[in-house]
Amino acid sequence: MTRYFYDKRVREIFWQVALLAGLAAAIVLIVRNASQNMLNAGMATGFDFLWRTSGINVPFVLTSYTPDSNILALLWVGVTNTLVITLFSVIAATLLGFVIGIARLSPNKLLSGLAGAFIEFVRNIPLLFFVLFWYFGVIAALPGPRQSISLFSVAFLNNRGLIVPVATDGSAFRIAALIVVLALIAQLVIAIWAKRRRDATGAIFPVWATGLALLVAVPVIAFGIAAMVSSWDVPALRGFNFRGGFVLVPEFVALFAALTTYTAGFIAEIVRGGIQSVVKGQWEAAYALGLRPNRALNLVVIPQAMRVMIPPLTSQYLNVLKNSSFGAAIAFPELVSVFVGSALTNTGQAIEIIAITLAIYLVIGLAVSGFMNWYNAKTKLVTR
Amino acid sequence: MTHLARGALGAALLAFGAGAAGAQQLAPSPTLDAIRARGHVECGVHLGLPGFSFANDKGEWTGLDVDFCRAVAAAVLGDANKVRYTPTSVQQRWPVLQSGQVDLLSRNTTITFSRNVTLGVNFQGINFYEGQTFIVRTSSGAKKPADLENASICVAAGSTEERTAADFFRERNIKVTIINFQKNDDAIAAYDAGRCDSYTAGIGALAGQRIKLKTPGEHFIMTETISNDPQGPVTRWGDERWQAVVRWVLNGMIAAEYLGVTSKNVDDMRANSKSAEIRRLLGADGGFGAMLGLSNDWMFNAIKQVGNYGESYERTVGKGSPLGLERGQNQLWTRGGILFTSPFQ
Repeated sequence: MTRYFYDKRVREIFWQVALLAGLAAAIVLIVRNASQNMLNAGMATGFDFLWRTSGINVPFVLTSYTPDSNILALLWVGVTNTLVITLFSVIAATLLGFVIGIARLSPNKLLSGLAGAFIEFVRNIPLLFFVLFWYFGVIAALPGPRQSISLFSVAFLNNRGLIVPVATDGSAFRIAALIVVLALIAQLVIAIWAKRRRDATGAIFPVWATGLALLVAVPVIAFGIAAMVSSWDVPALRGFNFRGGFVLVPEFVALFAALTTYTAGFIAEIVRGGIQSVVKGQWEAAYALGLRPNRALNLVVIPQAMRVMIPPLTSQYLNVLKNSSFGAAIAFPELVSVFVGSALTNTGQAIEIIAITLAIYLVIGLAVSGFMNWYNAKTKLVTR
Repeated sequence: MTHLARGALGAALLAFGAGAAGAQQLAPSPTLDAIRARGHVECGVHLGLPGFSFANDKGEWTGLDVDFCRAVAAAVLGDANKVRYTPTSVQQRWPVLQSGQVDLLSRNTTITFSRNVTLGVNFQGINFYEGQTFIVRTSSGAKKPADLENASICVAAGSTEERTAADFFRERNIKVTIINFQKNDDAIAAYDAGRCDSYTAGIGALAGQRIKLKTPGEHFIMTETISNDPQGPVTRWGDERWQAVVRWVLNGMIAAEYLGVTSKNVDDMRANSKSAEIRRLLGADGGFGAMLGLSNDWMFNAIKQVGNYGESYERTVGKGSPLGLERGQNQLWTRGGILFTSPFQ
């Protein structure tokens, strides 16, 4: 018996099991207590409400949701909108952040000064202010529906959003999208092949040229042809606003702009820090080999800087996901707005709805950080 | 019978006699006990709706719903000023009430079936009746809700207005865009900034909100309503005696108007009125206050310090206020309205 008592491994397992059991007991106690108290207070409990008709009119829907759908479908609308705004903002913020971060290190004083000013401005202002600033800025800058800015008489821009025509039959576009995906895969294959060849022989393949062809020209041509063969639902002014077409609401634009500019300020600093963490000798060695500054940056410095940048970048991406809930402040129908806002008050089932929302953020967040950890493992220094 | 047994019987009889002769036994009321212990009523009100619950530039809360909180404080504690207000948004109001943070909610809240049965709350009567309608810019030319085709409408997410508006346009196959904000104030600010063509709320609430717009004169409140919105004070389930206090303070304010008792004549009425119901209402007879566990001058205090329903209405939302609303349906049942009280008998 005492043998086990003194065994470090057995002791460790014992404490871990005890901790888990304690945690499980605490959760069971809390759940039981809460449901008993709610029962006594006459509050409805359970998850049946998810199948009730939602009746909520959502202004920006990418799924097949209508107010006649159930609350589960409403939840899905919120999740989709959160994912879409996060994805767009993360991509845009990364691109903008890299540009600003590199500009910050530019020998050109004006450029680095401007980049520095932007970073300091952005990092010292609360995000809510940013969101409201963009929102009321966007609304104020755009005209009312009757004075819409017409883009070739098919798309219209006003303070109700950007109204674009949609194809009445989407099949041509689905084929075009498939072609674009194939082009994307082809580009990835070329990039991997080019890297292998460069590593083996040192010869550089113009990946950007094929990228331009595959990622810009192919989509333009594919969608162009799809657009020509499809018939269109062109928005027309009727009543208060345009009818028909798809509306990109100003809330989306404002939230996208706010998240992008705000996060880009932080990413820029991460990029600057990453590049500066690469010792000067690496630059000098690259120059000594005859690489031009661009090549030295892209081939020598950035690959090493990436290792430093990935972990803080992951935090920023997770921040974007969480900060997308600021959309609730300006009525962008993301997860918090439609589910915790509308559905919660309509059904009154606060605990269930908050728990579902937490679980969804957790799952998305873990997926993002899982992907970034995989990428981190892939790019980290291989020591022999 | 032993001496001991006789003594015990005697003691029991004595105790029973003392109980019968003394104060009547009351059901326990944790809420009333808590209010007395802390010395003020906790009242959940609107974040800021002129005429209903609005903090003026001196930080004093005024309005029809605030008056009701004050009347309850006067009835329970004898002082209408012993109220602490908790401003709540559309979404905060339920957890704040359910968790016991406030004793009652007096916050132009519509009485609905699902709120009553799934949130564990009871509505204690109607202190304001209205219908939902729309405010638009006069220049838009829209005169009735059906004119709002393709309009963008700002609402507070989770309000009855959100659902009512969505249902109304869906049933009529009229396409509109409904933009759901977290707070009424955010929604009205977006309407004012031009994001929406219309903002929707109860007709009384709109009269209050219009005052807050940049140029109130350029906005038109439609007269056609699309809903049935009875509103009143809310309590949580349990503690029946406290719920009865809230219910009967509201009834008492309406009864006072019906019986012609006002804050001006209430002293005279209590001393000299021959009407049996007035005497019971004001505590001159009947001991009604004691039956609730309050002092017998509970309604006397409420009417003296706050006024009857009509006085409160005229001062806060009626002709004596910037809102200038008619009594309309919020008139006594004897004068063509729907407000009524059960008798104080």
